[in-house]
Amino acid sequence: MATIRLASDRSLLISFGEAVPALACRQAARLTRSLEGVRGILNLHPAYASVLVEFDPRVRSHAEIEALVRAECGVGAGHARPLAGETACPTKERLVEIPVRYGGECGPDLEDVARHAGLPPERVVELHASASYLVCFLGFSPGFPYLDGLPPELATPRLPSPRKRVPAGSVAIGGSQAGVYPMDSPGGWRIIGRTPLALFDAQASPPALLAMGDRVRFVPIPEEAR
Amino acid sequence: MNRIRALSTGFQTTVQDLGRPGYAHLGVSACGAADALALRAGNLLVGNAENAPALEMTLVGGDFEFEADATIALTGSDFGAGLPLWRAVEIKAGAVVRCGPTRAGARCCLAVRGGVGVPKTLGSASTHVLTGLGGRPLRAGDVLPVGEAAIRKPRLEAVRPPESIRNPVLRVTSGPQAEWFSGELYQAAYVVREESNRMGLRLRGPAIPSPPGHMLTEGAPLGAVQIPPDGQPIILFVEHQTTGGYPKPANVVSADFWRLGQLRPRDEVSFELVSLERALILLREQEEWLYTLV
Repeated sequence: MATIRLASDRSLLISFGEAVPALACRQAARLTRSLEGVRGILNLHPAYASVLVEFDPRVRSHAEIEALVRAECGVGAGHARPLAGETACPTKERLVEIPVRYGGECGPDLEDVARHAGLPPERVVELHASASYLVCFLGFSPGFPYLDGLPPELATPRLPSPRKRVPAGSVAIGGSQAGVYPMDSPGGWRIIGRTPLALFDAQASPPALLAMGDRVRFVPIPEEAR
Repeated sequence: MNRIRALSTGFQTTVQDLGRPGYAHLGVSACGAADALALRAGNLLVGNAENAPALEMTLVGGDFEFEADATIALTGSDFGAGLPLWRAVEIKAGAVVRCGPTRAGARCCLAVRGGVGVPKTLGSASTHVLTGLGGRPLRAGDVLPVGEAAIRKPRLEAVRPPESIRNPVLRVTSGPQAEWFSGELYQAAYVVREESNRMGLRLRGPAIPSPPGHMLTEGAPLGAVQIPPDGQPIILFVEHQTTGGYPKPANVVSADFWRLGQLRPRDEVSFELVSLERALILLREQEEWLYTLV
């Protein structure tokens, strides 16, 4: 069941129930896909359990966008009906493998994460690389994936004060979330490794390596290959 | 082909257009001109499509030399160029448009007939300063080609400028977490802090108590007023993060976005809550003014 709220004079926030995070995140992804390319819609901001729909108020009214959203996800019916395309064409999850150099210069916070978890660093790497992650959404900065599925033992609070520069490709843990920094940027998450993959390339089509709903696995790059 | 040579660039000069909407789901904010009203007006005055790339100067302007005859318009704040604002002006080959410190708000737009002909990234020439998407701020010595975005005759006679740039009241509509707050935002004036930039305008004033509610990261629009744990409001601006986890009691109305681009450090602002209907009327009035320029 979704709720629709006014966010601004050019946007509505559609929120899904947070009880089942993986479900809410899929609902957000589906609504985003179904509204892509609709006339007058400028931007769609999906998140864990919501989608912000930004539109041109000279072209579309709030009531029109609200009706469109209600039609797409059956808001108010007490039970979200499947969105267009969901039953007709079940999309296969894409699995993306991300190679990672863990620890050392590439992962300056691996030791801290290990200490916090009370585990040896090798076990942290093993756990991080054995999990399957869901790309909930891309946000924060271009191509940054918010990943669900971090083994709970590895949850580590953010740095007390963010770093001014986190290198592109840094594989990170922020609380119970996992992510990868696509470009050099400031950041407060714990850095445990680095991938040589480019997660965002404005010249590529699509520009982001990952998309909502993808599955991600991290694959350690062996020492001898470095 | 005409070219513009930056002899100096002042505090910060960037190429801007109306931004790159359509990529927020990839984490890319729309970006674009800080004062989009000045940019659109400047383009309309010189006879361009309204979203043609132009130069946007911040606080202190630069000196720009034109290789050939050109038609330009200066809009936004008066940066002391000694040319009339809010009208198209014809200048001769070799002329230098010399801008200095602002005499009013934070930004001055220099539009040129034909537009600034730089390559586009994800459909826009807009410079996202923080990520480098779309290029970097100009440096002295940069040479920019003039493009081919002119679509009609320039408007060489004076027009009525928009209402005062120095209006300290920002109109807002309710934000998605408005019910978490009890109107504290409307009870005092706030001062724009020095750390403000194209990502966000950081304000200083009476702290607004953090509400106890649980907040999951969600999409955030341009002009959102966020209340972080320290209670000092941040207004999300053109280079804002696409998602955020702070509660938002209010959102600046579309008709006042350009005012955000004119706010300078140490300026004082206050907030006035208006209805959605009122916000849309304000926007319509602004659009009507804009199209008197064509």
